[in-house]
Amino acid sequence: MQYSHDTHNHTHEAHDHEEMGFWTKYVFSTDHKWIGIQYGITSLLFLLFGFVLMGLMRWQLAYPGTPIPVFGPILEKMLGSAAAGGVMSADLYNSFGAMHGTIMVFLGIVPLAFAAFGNYVVPLQIGAPDMTFPRLNMASYWLYFLGGVVMVISFFLPGGAAQSGWTSYSPLATIIPTQGQTWWLLGMVLLINSSLLGAVNFLATIIQLRAPGMTWMRLPFFVWAQFVTAFLLLLAFPPLEAAGVMQLMDKLFGCSFFLPTGLIISGKVADVSGGGSPLLWQHLFWFLAHPEVYVLILPAMGIVSEILCNNIRKPIWGYKSLVYSLFAIGFLSFIVWAHHMYMTGMGTAISTFFQTTTLIISIPSVIILTVFFITLWGGSIRFNTQMLFTLAFLVMFGIGGLTGLPLGFNFVDLFLHDSYYVIAHFHYIVAPGTIFALFAGVYYWFPKATGRYMCDFWGRVHFWCSLVFMNVVFFPMFTQGIAGMSRRMYDGGVNYSQAANKGLLGALPDSAIYSNVIISIGAWMLLLAQIPFIFNFFWSMRNGRKVESDNPWDATTLEWQTPTPPPHGNFAVEPTVYRGPYEYSVPGAVRDFIPQNEIDNKGKAKAPKS
Amino acid sequence: MSHSSTPAKLHSASHGHHDVASEVRRYLIIFGALTVGTIVTVLASYINFGSPTMNIVVALSIASIKAFLVAGYFMHLISEKKMIYMILGSTTFFFAGLVYLTLWSMHPASFIHHQSYVP
Amino acid sequence: MEIPYTVKERKDTGLYNAKLGIWLFLASEVMLFGALFSAYILLRVGATPGTWPHGLLNVPLGTLNTIVLIVSSVTVVMAWASLKMNQFGKWRMYQAATLVCALIFLVIKSFEYHDKLTHYEVVTKEGDKHHVYDGHLVQEDKDKVVLHPSAHRLYTARAIALGFGPEPAGAHAPADHGAKGHAEKEALVTIQRSTIEHMENYGPKHHPYLAIYFTLTGLHALHVIGGALVMAFFFGPGAKMWKTDPERFTNRIEISGLFWHFVDLVWIFLFPVLYLL
Repeated sequence: MQYSHDTHNHTHEAHDHEEMGFWTKYVFSTDHKWIGIQYGITSLLFLLFGFVLMGLMRWQLAYPGTPIPVFGPILEKMLGSAAAGGVMSADLYNSFGAMHGTIMVFLGIVPLAFAAFGNYVVPLQIGAPDMTFPRLNMASYWLYFLGGVVMVISFFLPGGAAQSGWTSYSPLATIIPTQGQTWWLLGMVLLINSSLLGAVNFLATIIQLRAPGMTWMRLPFFVWAQFVTAFLLLLAFPPLEAAGVMQLMDKLFGCSFFLPTGLIISGKVADVSGGGSPLLWQHLFWFLAHPEVYVLILPAMGIVSEILCNNIRKPIWGYKSLVYSLFAIGFLSFIVWAHHMYMTGMGTAISTFFQTTTLIISIPSVIILTVFFITLWGGSIRFNTQMLFTLAFLVMFGIGGLTGLPLGFNFVDLFLHDSYYVIAHFHYIVAPGTIFALFAGVYYWFPKATGRYMCDFWGRVHFWCSLVFMNVVFFPMFTQGIAGMSRRMYDGGVNYSQAANKGLLGALPDSAIYSNVIISIGAWMLLLAQIPFIFNFFWSMRNGRKVESDNPWDATTLEWQTPTPPPHGNFAVEPTVYRGPYEYSVPGAVRDFIPQNEIDNKGKAKAPKS
Repeated sequence: MSHSSTPAKLHSASHGHHDVASEVRRYLIIFGALTVGTIVTVLASYINFGSPTMNIVVALSIASIKAFLVAGYFMHLISEKKMIYMILGSTTFFFAGLVYLTLWSMHPASFIHHQSYVP
Repeated sequence: MEIPYTVKERKDTGLYNAKLGIWLFLASEVMLFGALFSAYILLRVGATPGTWPHGLLNVPLGTLNTIVLIVSSVTVVMAWASLKMNQFGKWRMYQAATLVCALIFLVIKSFEYHDKLTHYEVVTKEGDKHHVYDGHLVQEDKDKVVLHPSAHRLYTARAIALGFGPEPAGAHAPADHGAKGHAEKEALVTIQRSTIEHMENYGPKHHPYLAIYFTLTGLHALHVIGGALVMAFFFGPGAKMWKTDPERFTNRIEISGLFWHFVDLVWIFLFPVLYLL
């Protein structure tokens, strides 16, 4: 029962906390909860910023070549000729597109889903006083922040921000003469290192700091999800860092890692050594970027399982299936990446290999979703805001995931690759998928962090508006994609439309072009729908209805068995865990839930296994 | 031999005073083996083992043995815990996947067995 | 509540926190250098046959650097063993020896880099006849450049296009105006600047082999510097912890030693791959 006592070692945490100055307490904090909040606020701001970029792009798509009202002149003032006359130029469209993707993925979702929620909740849920390496944790946050600063600064460089997509393919990314791409690479190096340090911290924490009795199979599914996510980040990010270093070498020192021999730029043979390959960049990029999409979804699934059980007052049906599916996804995600590269001429044998692994990986994902649906059966559902978002997640992620199946087949991908169908597919998973789960997490855990509820009425307004407009935005994109509309076209496809190419077979139908207007209006409405959320979030911190207890949702997991908000060090005495994470509606129990650290009703403690 | 100022020093359970002393002898033996291995690698590079592939196999095999000695004995991997083996095992698997699958994708025709370059 | 297992091992994993942390980090480093090694393989497999250079790097120096790193690996593990045996003085000696080895390695490396950066390929054009010279820069002024031609050289795409590629067995030799045979390889070559069309040193830009060489060894050198800085910190101000918490200090030396061994491991593969094969 004794835990390690470093008698010689002076840790500041327990003793000197009251004497900490402003900077040590709020800026350079090593407390996982505060770091989680730092990550949370920063990433929510970046999500908003990334969304605003898309809001501006949607004007150009709906009404190509026309000045953007209100914001056009502002853009012109800030960015100069790229927004001449308030019209978004093609270059500006490309750079907003590239940065929208980069910011949403690396500065928004990953820091929010993995770092913010993970940092705040995981140590509490496993009964630990903090992460294993608190100072490393702080360093991770500041590296992330610096990476974000570098990315934002790149907008204001001459020539603007990166323009070669979030995928930064060579040769374009290498030969483009503006500096934005170089800054993008530097920003990515900082962000990757931040994630790597974070991954080390999460893995070590979950392995080493589980409280006595918190066996692997008693972990809340959220912790399992974060564990596998950290594992993906640890092993998948470094090859992208290596590739980033090589692309930097290409740009700064004139190397040809990714430039082929005989490259001709603007009619002239390029003065480079050649001998490299653009495909090498693609392989190294997608080796990360595929596991990255699982990084985007797994924490969300973890959040969903917590909120689901809590609001149906029932345990998960098939906890073990969930865990083994997680292993399968984690493992397989490393060997499917080239399904993003079916069009690169890789030969039938290898593309069949990747097609096979891609289809196999859909199985554990379906298992997870099925487990959640089966779990609902016979549940007594509480329809609070977080539950609404959680239920919507199940359906939306289902649509997103299933629409990915055609893309997994190389012969179907022939028609759908790089079309709006792909955009619809992955946005369904991340936007009404992951982001809904993250919203749910905010409404759910807000009372633990602040001691107050968020307003439930405005939460429902936020939910219904978001749900409707998400579908208005992304559903038409499936039809646009099937009609043949390509991604990344700054004029919304007008150049390829039937109207502009009378009688040409395969040109885009009017319905596809007109959908741009509908989608854009939906996007702006979706943006407006976030205002209640933003207001609710900040207003409720001070004025929200106070919670009646430390466990307002009557939840079983350990974070709800602490004071509100949890103090430095989390637990006064190290908790001991006696049971699993979802003991809701246990027959014969006094209440309809039993916290994990509660001793048996009959007074007999089950022997805690380490 | 200098002594620490704190008399009651906690020892990790697996390393007593004498265990470490005998390990020291082992380190020196491994050092000798590594030096020999380095010389052998250099000398072997002047011998043609039949094909370019064979030369590579020989060089990397010697390097792997040296790496095993450093990792196994200097880094104490040979007596390390299961958790570490699991981490390194999965890393090795994914690294092999990265190299093998990328190579296969980029050079499907001349895959490993059919290298045709002039040394 | 304080963070447990910072020094004492957790029973079921048998590890203390920092040891697990460093191995996790080293796993990510394996993927990082692994990706660069895979780039090496792909660049080499994809190169035009006969153009991948050999013998460009100084094998004796490389061998010496390999031995230096191996010695440093021994001294770093001996440093940890000394602390385990309560011999602080011996620890200081071994820690210092490790740092000296690191310094020697970096000095030799910079010498090698300098050697490459003073080796030039010069393309001249007189009339409409091109010539490609290749060698070390011996002397230069505003009128001329003097090179010492080298036996081992690279064949860039530019040189090959001008007919100055490697001589394939059996094929006709490029017309190179009598520039062949032993005599040519010893004598210095003077080139008038006015005839120079293109002059480039053996930096990373020059050829994919050099690009991957500089990137791999450069990243490795950065890790050498990083590891040396950490060990220097422990040698200096960090050593105070020996008085207050000797076991935790010993663990820190073990952790930094593990990182250092990894740096040695990378070099064990770098050396044959870049210098010998």
